[in-house]
Amino acid sequence: MLLEKLTTACGLPGFEDEVRDIIKAELEGHVDSLKVDRIGNLVAYKKGKKNSPHVALSAHMDEVGLCVTGIEKDGTLKFESWGVDGRLLPSMHVAVGNEKLPGVVGCKPIHLQKDSERKSVYELDAMYIDIGCDSKEETEKLVNKGDFVAFVSEFTEFGDNQVKAKALDDRVGCAAIIELLKSDLPYSVTGIFCVQEEVGLRGSAMLSKSLEADLVINIEGTICADMEGVDEDKQVTNLGAGPCLSLLDMASVYQKKYLEAIVKVAEDEKIPYQYRKSGMGATDAGKYHTGGTGIPCIGIAVPCRYIHSPVSVMHKCDFENLIKLVKAFIINGAERVIGK
Amino acid sequence: MNIEFLKKLCAANGVSGHEQAVVEIISQEIKGMVDDCKTDALGNLIAHKKGPGKKMMLAGHMDQIGLLISHIDKEGFLRFAPIGGFNHQNLLSQRFVFPSGLLGVVSCERLDDPKDMAIDKLYIDIGAKDKEDAMKQVKVGDVCVFANPPEENGNVFITPALDDRIGCFIMIEALKKLKKPAFDLYFVFTSQEEVGLRGAGTAAFSIEPDYGLAFDVTVSADTPKVRPLPSKMYGGAAIKLKDRSLLCHPVMIRHLEKCAEKGKIKHQYEILEMGGTDSGAIHVSRGGVPSGVISIASRHIHTSNEMCALSDIEDCIALTVAALETAIG
Repeated sequence: MLLEKLTTACGLPGFEDEVRDIIKAELEGHVDSLKVDRIGNLVAYKKGKKNSPHVALSAHMDEVGLCVTGIEKDGTLKFESWGVDGRLLPSMHVAVGNEKLPGVVGCKPIHLQKDSERKSVYELDAMYIDIGCDSKEETEKLVNKGDFVAFVSEFTEFGDNQVKAKALDDRVGCAAIIELLKSDLPYSVTGIFCVQEEVGLRGSAMLSKSLEADLVINIEGTICADMEGVDEDKQVTNLGAGPCLSLLDMASVYQKKYLEAIVKVAEDEKIPYQYRKSGMGATDAGKYHTGGTGIPCIGIAVPCRYIHSPVSVMHKCDFENLIKLVKAFIINGAERVIGK
Repeated sequence: MNIEFLKKLCAANGVSGHEQAVVEIISQEIKGMVDDCKTDALGNLIAHKKGPGKKMMLAGHMDQIGLLISHIDKEGFLRFAPIGGFNHQNLLSQRFVFPSGLLGVVSCERLDDPKDMAIDKLYIDIGAKDKEDAMKQVKVGDVCVFANPPEENGNVFITPALDDRIGCFIMIEALKKLKKPAFDLYFVFTSQEEVGLRGAGTAAFSIEPDYGLAFDVTVSADTPKVRPLPSKMYGGAAIKLKDRSLLCHPVMIRHLEKCAEKGKIKHQYEILEMGGTDSGAIHVSRGGVPSGVISIASRHIHTSNEMCALSDIEDCIALTVAALETAIG
């Protein structure tokens, strides 16, 4: 399964090569051009029978993780977090650097913890990554400061059509765009796979200055907090309830006319959808609609429980319905709303 | 000064990203006074008044802060996400109005400790019987604004939409009085300032101006225990020196100073510690644009009762006309 291949690959911000190579190989022969820009964004163009309206689909290739900041005398690694909740880290299985050296995040055993330590959370600097080396010299042969550290997590299908994997945010978007580019579309479409979203929407910031499109549909994996103890209005999205349409986040106020147009398509075609009920977070749409002269955006996402962790969970039906809705919008909705 | 028009402008419902009602009022008002008038992808209204010399982009933002409905519960109460900067204390017990005219009142969940009050503890009550009844009147994604009507009151004007319909108003009144412009002028009524100067950025990119001049409210530092700052209500047109989004360009500061002194227009300086305005986005557009701001000292900004002095509005209009009719160096 494509999503398995994509989520198993590692691609921390600035180190998206492995993911990009998989996407390139997948799209070879299905699109008319494939270009990589100087910062590493991959842009695919597929010509259709009609050139206008021209919709661009965008997802980001990078994932959250850790970065090596130091090598200790005993051969262990110090690190900083790029978007990961520090409380998730103790005992985590990780992969270090391009060679994906196996490592574990260690800390003091429970037997030796003081009472106060048992009741508190480990600070990042009390933890370290153990790669099985006993000296600084030995580790230095294998690891450099600045190397990325990715989660190791097996792609697992379980329950009713659910999937557990790391990096669903945003390989699920990448997978959706690949599927869409492989399908038969009447209009020319651009597919964008961005770098460095998780560290501040950087890849899209560059592209937004030169991208020519009538509309960008930004595809994400997003927060899903539909668990016990969370008030209904704070759950943001619900697993299995359909793709989520963004209303507002910290980088965008999504334009109502495009939102209404895609909702109409969903209702006409009886595809389930839900709204993303939070103003928090930010996506690449924030850069596309403010870069250059501005391109309007739709934000759509697959709900992912335990996002930014090694055990993100999604529902396959949400993913499939997202693809169905975006495709139906390109075919039946875009022309009705763009330029009107 | 056309107070009736100011009232009409301030009564329009224009949350960031939803400025269409304001666009319509302004386009109607300035039609015939400009050479070209259009909106762009972000909803900016760009009016071109041809003139000699360099290009100057003027910017006043049409949008105002508001609430976006994010959830409707079983009982028909609404939860919301704020658009723009709100202090929760200024929301409690306020009336809000939707573009349909529907009113809602903001109330708070029962709290064990009043100190727990936060924006996510608040909800809007439209008086619905239940969820179904609420959904007949309002949808998730709808937006609303403070409902207080604009009022002239003695020497001041009070409205929740002062920020920044007053900037739009100053630009429009100046446009009406303008006799001999010294610049090729772009009057831009911007969108989405309150969420991060977004409209001004794309407008500046497409206009490529030589100078930028924004119009916005600033703090009136005369209220009880306010932190000391140079600008005060009744102090005249305020020439911005800096805020969080820009350091005003000396060329623009000197130009505004010179015009104010020559025209004997009452003026003062202003520094804003928090917040920014459209010139913040304009001055870093493309290769950089020397930019300044004419501000109006206002009390109670981002509340339901923003207030400014009528005399300061007059001074701002006079300074704007002078600044647009005088060439720079």
